[in-house]
Amino acid sequence: MKQYLNVVTAYTIMIILIILVGIFQSWSVALSILNYCLISAVMTMGANMQWGYAGLINFGIMGYTALGGLAVVLVSVAPVPQAWKVGGVNMMVCMAIIIGIVFSVRYTLKKIQKSKKRNYIIAGIIIIGFILLRLISGPAIESIEAVEPAKTGFLGGLGMPVLFSWIVGAFFAGGLAYIIGKIALGLRADYLAIATLLIAEIIVSIIKHEDWLARGVKNVIGLKRPVPYEIDLQAAPWFINLVEKFNSGKLKLINSVSERQDVLNQLVIDASSVYVKLCMAGLFLTVVVTLLIITQKALYSPWGRKMRAIRDNEEAASAMGKNVVKEHLLIFILGSAVVGIAGAMMVTNDGLFTPGSYRPMRYTFVIWVMVIVGGTGNNFGAILGGFVVWFLWVEAGPMALFLINFFTGHLPETNALKIHLIESASYFRFLMIGIGLLVIMRYRPQGILPEKIVKN
Amino acid sequence: MDFLNAIVLLLNYTIIPALTYGSQLALGAIFVTLIYGVLRFANFATGDMMSFGTMVAVLLTFYFQSLGVNLGALPTALLAIPFAIIMMILYMLTIDKFVFSYYRIKKSPPVQLAMVSVGVMFVTQAIIRIIIGPFDRRFLDGEKFILKANEFKEMTGLNEGLTIKSTQAITIVVTIIVVSIMFWFLNKTKTGTSMRAYSNNEDLALLSGIDPKKVVMLTWVIAGVLATVGGVLYGLDKSYKPFVYFNNMLPIFAAAIVGGIGNPFGAFLGGYVVAFGEIFITYAYKKFFTYLLPESLEPDSLMQLLSTDYKFAVSFSILVIVLLFRPSGIFKGMKL
Repeated sequence: MKQYLNVVTAYTIMIILIILVGIFQSWSVALSILNYCLISAVMTMGANMQWGYAGLINFGIMGYTALGGLAVVLVSVAPVPQAWKVGGVNMMVCMAIIIGIVFSVRYTLKKIQKSKKRNYIIAGIIIIGFILLRLISGPAIESIEAVEPAKTGFLGGLGMPVLFSWIVGAFFAGGLAYIIGKIALGLRADYLAIATLLIAEIIVSIIKHEDWLARGVKNVIGLKRPVPYEIDLQAAPWFINLVEKFNSGKLKLINSVSERQDVLNQLVIDASSVYVKLCMAGLFLTVVVTLLIITQKALYSPWGRKMRAIRDNEEAASAMGKNVVKEHLLIFILGSAVVGIAGAMMVTNDGLFTPGSYRPMRYTFVIWVMVIVGGTGNNFGAILGGFVVWFLWVEAGPMALFLINFFTGHLPETNALKIHLIESASYFRFLMIGIGLLVIMRYRPQGILPEKIVKN
Repeated sequence: MDFLNAIVLLLNYTIIPALTYGSQLALGAIFVTLIYGVLRFANFATGDMMSFGTMVAVLLTFYFQSLGVNLGALPTALLAIPFAIIMMILYMLTIDKFVFSYYRIKKSPPVQLAMVSVGVMFVTQAIIRIIIGPFDRRFLDGEKFILKANEFKEMTGLNEGLTIKSTQAITIVVTIIVVSIMFWFLNKTKTGTSMRAYSNNEDLALLSGIDPKKVVMLTWVIAGVLATVGGVLYGLDKSYKPFVYFNNMLPIFAAAIVGGIGNPFGAFLGGYVVAFGEIFITYAYKKFFTYLLPESLEPDSLMQLLSTDYKFAVSFSILVIVLLFRPSGIFKGMKL
């Protein structure tokens, strides 16, 4: 038990902090922080599988998150029949052409020996395929985007339950990781970081600008939810009764009937948003716990030992007959798939898909700070990192504001420096995260909860 | 006549903008490559360091303008550059002393240094936003154009006008000056040679009595000059916005890797490869072909390979292709 003491302490402190937010700010805010913490925890678990287990740097987390989000749109939104009618066939042909390109390139790579001729053939296939794609898709895209551009203007999805999209998101991200892994995994660590970052940018720019796919920067709003809507709850008698029972003591103090009804209404409105967030938190917690059990089992299995051996000494592991390339590719795909789930969870939580918001700062670098701060190679550490850093990221603004007011209290309200500082309070989050990362890297390079090697 | 028109059209819309943008990228790419070659890590704070230098220049420009100091037809920012460079170098040396030097002495793996530079990136971004805010700022003054489209049309009698903005001319001239001084320094002087020696083989360089502290300091000094000049030139040409500078880091990395990371001359050319690639692939050639081809063959479509939305994606695709076929970059040639 003693070896888990620091884990238990760290998590207790974290939960107390979130409860404090609930008491001092509001329960709704505390629960949204908790939800985002859980989503971040899934992302960091994915990144931790790649970096902590295998030592692979993946700066493309943004791309997988975006693909996971795209999966939600493609799975859960109802199809747009009009758009399918005007452009569906052409888009299907384009799909076939892309698959054709991939397979013919693979065929040439296999059948023809490495030479200049092979390169020319591959370049030729890609260029011809590209021209064909442009010719066929061009008019189709135009007509699809012309279908009620203010509301739809895209093909729509499959109209399936939204929870299904979490799995699809994992498959999307895993598929992308397979392609990127095939291209880039042979590169040295820092090249790999840059290459994955740039490829993720390509993915996001495609999602942003291909309006027929998911409306691009016009965003998709009003996505389905796996949990009830606030409006329905506020009208449901069982829910109102529940709220009444919970607050019966408070309500009894009020004498006038109409006043009591007003207070009850307000309570129901507040409680409905809390209830929805609680349901979400329950779903997310299930995912986190399931993943934690699986990853923990994997880490201490023979496979996990093999991964650590590869991470710590690639040459020795490959001399022992371990297939380093294959294992790297596998862990790259698995980690990315987990990030894909997180991306889908996030879009489900928000209820909207905004491709413009995918930026490397928020979706790659902050996640990496979480992994490093929490503890590389330790799943509990990764989850804790997600919690701590997200909590700081959200609460840094209010904290900075408090500190600024505290230190400039003696200055008059019109002091230019004070006004300037208060206006830029929200940027102190970057400062806090940056300094936190630097301090951890310097004085505790293993993270808050370092990796534990269990020897049996 | 049509042929000349077509040439002028290309010059105006692709070649001159690409040369300008390429120069700005090239300066950043040499900065990345120098840090990689001598200090051996990928510096993710590149864009924000450039932004820091530019921020100082912007603030100084505003200060000079309030004093009434100006350079006539030239932008006041040119006057601010030397001071901004000094501030930039001081900032870089402070960061190096408190952050990077610890890992360098410990001989940490490059990956760890790269992660540390992410921390520096966050801190620099915070400092910039706290000081100047995230807003768009224009600090260009003086003459805006060297050659206006109408003047050119009157001069030559062509249908197409040629515009040369003063910022474009300044960018190209300043880049040529800075880069040639830097290459002269690296290749002809004794200190430059010692830097190259250190980058090629650290142990051997230390054995032959090269002072590592001096080499590291010199690297940051050169990097400071490149970062500030590159950043200010970009800001003059477009406008100064902290977020854009962070984004510019990506094509700059692409340029440095395309040119063969650790190779300054490669990085210099890589900047132009990326810039020309971006602009040539996303330009709509319809008008160009209208001039060249007989009327019966005139194209209906825009004749654009990719829409301009994919500008950044093009440079990253160039990078991916280069990584696939020549992981060490196009120009292996000279090593720093």
